Amino acid sequence: MTTANQNNIQQQNPDALVEVPLHSVAHGRAGDKGNRLNVSIMPYDPACFELLAEQLKESRVLAAYAHRGASSVKRYDLPKLPAMNFVIDDVLEGGVNGSLNLDGHGKSNSFILLGLSVRVPFKYVRQPV
Amino acid sequence: MSSIFRVGNCSGFSGDRVDAAAPVVETLIKLGGPSAIFFETLGERTVALAQLEKRRDPERGYEPMLERLLEPVLVRCAKHGIPIIGNFGAANPVGAAKVIARLATRLGLPELKIGVVYGDDVRERLNLDTHEVYEADTGLDMGGGEVVSANAYLDAKPIVDALKAGAQIVVTGRTGDPSLCLAPLIHHFGWAYDDWNKMAAGATAGHLLECGTQLTGGYYYDPGYKDVPDPANIGFPIAEVTAEGGLVVTKADSTGGLVNAQIVKEQLLYEIHDPRHYITPDVVLDFSDVTVTEIGKDRVEVKGFKGSPAPRTIKATVCFDGGWLGEGEISYAGPNCQARARAAADVLLERLKIRKLDVQARVDLIGVSSVHDGDGGDKWRASSLAPQDIRVRLAVSARTQDDADQAAREALALYCCGPAGGGGVRWRTTPRIRTQSYLMLPSDLAPGYSLHLAKELA
Repeated sequence: MTTANQNNIQQQNPDALVEVPLHSVAHGRAGDKGNRLNVSIMPYDPACFELLAEQLKESRVLAAYAHRGASSVKRYDLPKLPAMNFVIDDVLEGGVNGSLNLDGHGKSNSFILLGLSVRVPFKYVRQPV
Repeated sequence: MSSIFRVGNCSGFSGDRVDAAAPVVETLIKLGGPSAIFFETLGERTVALAQLEKRRDPERGYEPMLERLLEPVLVRCAKHGIPIIGNFGAANPVGAAKVIARLATRLGLPELKIGVVYGDDVRERLNLDTHEVYEADTGLDMGGGEVVSANAYLDAKPIVDALKAGAQIVVTGRTGDPSLCLAPLIHHFGWAYDDWNKMAAGATAGHLLECGTQLTGGYYYDPGYKDVPDPANIGFPIAEVTAEGGLVVTKADSTGGLVNAQIVKEQLLYEIHDPRHYITPDVVLDFSDVTVTEIGKDRVEVKGFKGSPAPRTIKATVCFDGGWLGEGEISYAGPNCQARARAAADVLLERLKIRKLDVQARVDLIGVSSVHDGDGGDKWRASSLAPQDIRVRLAVSARTQDDADQAAREALALYCCGPAGGGGVRWRTTPRIRTQSYLMLPSDLAPGYSLHLAKELA
């Protein structure tokens, strides 16, 4: 197990596990409806979908949004895309209409999920170009 | 070889770029073949803000950028037979139609046929005590505010009927956003309303296009990871739909942005809950087997969506007076700004207690945390980040404008009374709207359209 800071060493070994932000291996988008948020997550490489699905359990995602008052998380899988869709309830402090948060829509909230750490083989890690 | 109908989107929300339409229309004209464009400018709360505007001035209450949006393309569309559909009527579709009529007359189109869809305003038809609350909204606190607006999400049919009657531009208030795109397809291909997979093709196209550049690089751009060419000039999207329900998405020529599989996936799931059961007024969509394939530069084919019968109920969103938001901000920078900003935050919260103001409050330390924290500020309080420039933001909700204003002014008072070197205060109050959705039955509604010549309405 290494961190992303040691990636230069790992470049020789594409199968070595590294711990990186989800953002390095997947992209996503947040949308709101009332006090409910959805965050889609798509791996850049479809081959690591299962690996990410194992590590992004509903309970872990709920914990990531707990400080925002999230009450439940439901994950829907679309293996053909592949993508995961997380539906997070009561996370927007009342939503765009009631929130005191600058981002009442929760538009920036995909990056809470994309900030979670995941362990993946180095070959899946996307380097900024 | 199947015939193709193209639908271009020229606006994704009220506040979108106003120079979007011309490249879309020029692309459609250049490609030839039948086409239509649509503008989506009506968010959940936009209609309530428009209703408040209409109270102040009965002639207003439609999309404020209406003329700016339409003027660059109205003549070109009329000349080339490209119908325009838009929910820019907001709270006053007739008012919007009059503006369009005057614009058309000024531009030499006195014979322009303007369709106006009515029936979405259900303030007289919705009973808050007996109609069922939409599931995602149960448990919201409405605070007993006055009803500002109540609008049902109409389906595509009134728009189709207006197009059949010859409308060259159709103005609506609230409809399903995908319906704005589906309607010209139903009209052109003569699809039956219960041909669910064809309804699904048009509604999926509408779902993908309705947020404008979110399908062409907007809200996607993540430098170094997801790059977007010419991001200041992102082109708006175009769907190519076949009579059999085939769907390819692309964008306006000679513009920035891009259309790729990643973007289409992101937008496919945007504001979706259960992807097997995405409800629109016209059809229930199942995206569980959708595949997206890049078939050319800026061309993505979307397949595998399925449709099932439209819902028995119709969603109607009610907007209530939601009291007032008060905000006050002040900045601290340079040596020890961390401590000065944190002290200012604590002083602000203490002042609200001393003043006994009837408000709920939140403080952010912008520079440390501006959007990801909870109302308690646990993240910034625990943060070890030490930026050299921090903006303290107080936000309060209050029943009255006076309470919101008095709370916000506590940030102003920090000029003299607060920690050293506080500057750049801004404070303001904003009326708030709260929304709750209800489920109505088709028999509760009486939607329809009227048709007008520009010269008669101008």
